[in-house]
Amino acid sequence: MLRLENLSVTFNANTVNERKALKNINLKLDSGDFVTVIGSNGSGKSTLMNAVCGSCNIDSGKIFVGGKNITYAKEHRRARYIGRLFQDPLKGTAPNMTIEENLGLAYSRGKKRSLSIGISNRDLKLFREKLAELDIGLEDRMKTPVGLLSGGQRQALTLLMATIVTPKLLLLDEHTAALDPVTADKVMSITEKIVKDNNITTLMITHNVSNALEYGNKTLVLSQGNILAYIEGEERANMSLSKIMELYADSSGDTLTDKMLFQ
Amino acid sequence: MSISNIINKKNILSLVPKLVLVILLLVIINTQMTESVVLGTLEKGLVFSFLALGIFISFRILDIPDLSVDGTFTLGVAVSVMNAYNGSPVRGIILAVIAGAAAGCVTGLLVTKLKVQPILAGIITMTALYSINLKIMSRPNISLWRKDTLFTYFEDSLGEYNKVIVSGIVLIAVSLILFLFLKTQLGMSLRATGDNEFMVRASSINSDTMKILGFALANGLVSLSGAMYAQYSSAGDTNSGTGMLVVGLASIIIGEIFFKKHSILFGILAAIIGATAYRYVLAFAMGLGMDSNYTKLFSAVIVAIAIAVPAVKGYAVDFYKRYILKGKGGDSKC
Ligand SMILES: Nc1ncnc2c1ncn2[C@@H]1O[C@H](COP(=O)(O)OP(=O)(O)OP(=O)(O)O)[C@@H](O)[C@H]1O
Ligand SMILES: [Mg+2]
Repeated sequence: MLRLENLSVTFNANTVNERKALKNINLKLDSGDFVTVIGSNGSGKSTLMNAVCGSCNIDSGKIFVGGKNITYAKEHRRARYIGRLFQDPLKGTAPNMTIEENLGLAYSRGKKRSLSIGISNRDLKLFREKLAELDIGLEDRMKTPVGLLSGGQRQALTLLMATIVTPKLLLLDEHTAALDPVTADKVMSITEKIVKDNNITTLMITHNVSNALEYGNKTLVLSQGNILAYIEGEERANMSLSKIMELYADSSGDTLTDKMLFQ
Repeated sequence: MSISNIINKKNILSLVPKLVLVILLLVIINTQMTESVVLGTLEKGLVFSFLALGIFISFRILDIPDLSVDGTFTLGVAVSVMNAYNGSPVRGIILAVIAGAAAGCVTGLLVTKLKVQPILAGIITMTALYSINLKIMSRPNISLWRKDTLFTYFEDSLGEYNKVIVSGIVLIAVSLILFLFLKTQLGMSLRATGDNEFMVRASSINSDTMKILGFALANGLVSLSGAMYAQYSSAGDTNSGTGMLVVGLASIIIGEIFFKKHSILFGILAAIIGATAYRYVLAFAMGLGMDSNYTKLFSAVIVAIAIAVPAVKGYAVDFYKRYILKGKGGDSKC
């Protein structure tokens, strides 16, 4: 579903601050794959996602989604088939617009925005059902401006917005990192349910190593812009936290951060 | 002193300016002015409501400061006055809207495609329009004396209320269309662009297109205001746009005293009521003997004060907690 060929990204090329964030990445995700991505701070995880969704320029390489070459497609065009969640809950929703208006915008994803009525009664019914499935009581607050919701509620809503029109690819960049542990678990289980129900190909960055092994069917380990390991199948089933840490130790100059050890 | 005490006091405090303004307005209308002044002020209020609506679109919905306003207002004046002069006032108003929207597109293109800072882009467009407006009018001012305007068409049938009724009907129609537009998919995309651009792009909306559309809409409305004003006053002047940005801002700020901006309906009402209230306050000040040369100073002061209010309130609360409560209050602000 997603294929990256020799993808390289350099920031501030030809300056003293030059930084190769991604070095010749080759990666393939099959349809329905749920890949978790780990790696220490600055290893290039977010850059990988930004390159895929078009919000950062790449030096070289090719990006294919569903067999189509999208290397040069504009960001908002890619958004027609790529759903996305940011680490910052504030980024995914329009705070001064109501829950139903936010969902209405997300629901017209991929279609041309026309002069037809923003939200029909049929849409409202669908939104209510979908919100009820989240099971956090948002279905009764559809006229509330999103700015009044908590971070966790917003993130759950953003998740619904990103998937209400089923995307070919879902990108999650530490989408539970800003939430308290209980809410984070809740959002994670909602994520898993939505991904499973719709069989969405997903790439999820996390700093929580146990989450990385618990969810999904493959795990990608990045280190300094390189793929250190791409673990799946039996190897993954037998993978333990300590083995992952060994992997890190083996890669030169990169160690697990305290943050990851203690989670 | 508990937290809730202070919050309640703040709520009451925030009502004070509203009450003062309402009372002030009532007093003004009843005692200060003759009937013809009341009527004339209302007319101006309606005509300048279009300006406030335009500024509402750029400053509030898009959340981008658009400084081309002074130029596009004059553009509306110029296009309208020339067409009326040549005998087609209605065409003048329609063409003025189109010309204003086109000028807005230029600002929008500068901002989105050429990455010019919004403030600078507005100044560039405004400056370019100086020449264009002079070119259109070919002299600094033109009088429509004895010429037909949109308003003179209805002089016979509507008598002295022609200006209020005509501009009122146009205003209601425009506001209604604007309101409905902002509820369409396209309108919602426009609003979201000003609210959260990340989210907009992640929802497959082209935020550049939305910004250009917003600038076009805003400046179309501003130009419409200029066009109506020219025919209302039966004259056009290449300097008539000077300071209109601040006048429009003052209008929406006054309007927001009555209505909070969160809903679209209230936003539109705030612009209209604010523009009208502004004219009454101005008429009141002139009635007290203010020199008409000071009108721009007057609107500048209103805007400065209105924007300073939250900060001053903050200082007042700090002062209150520090010296009156002597640190016994439990209300921290973060
Ligand atoms: N916009 C930018 N300009 C310059 N350098 C950047 C930019 N974005 C990222 N980088 C650099 O690229 C490298 C990879 O950054 P990236 O954000 O992808 O890391 P990450 O793996 O997501 O880290 P984290 O776990 O902290 O989120 C870092 O060294 C970073 O400094
Ligand atoms: Mg990151």
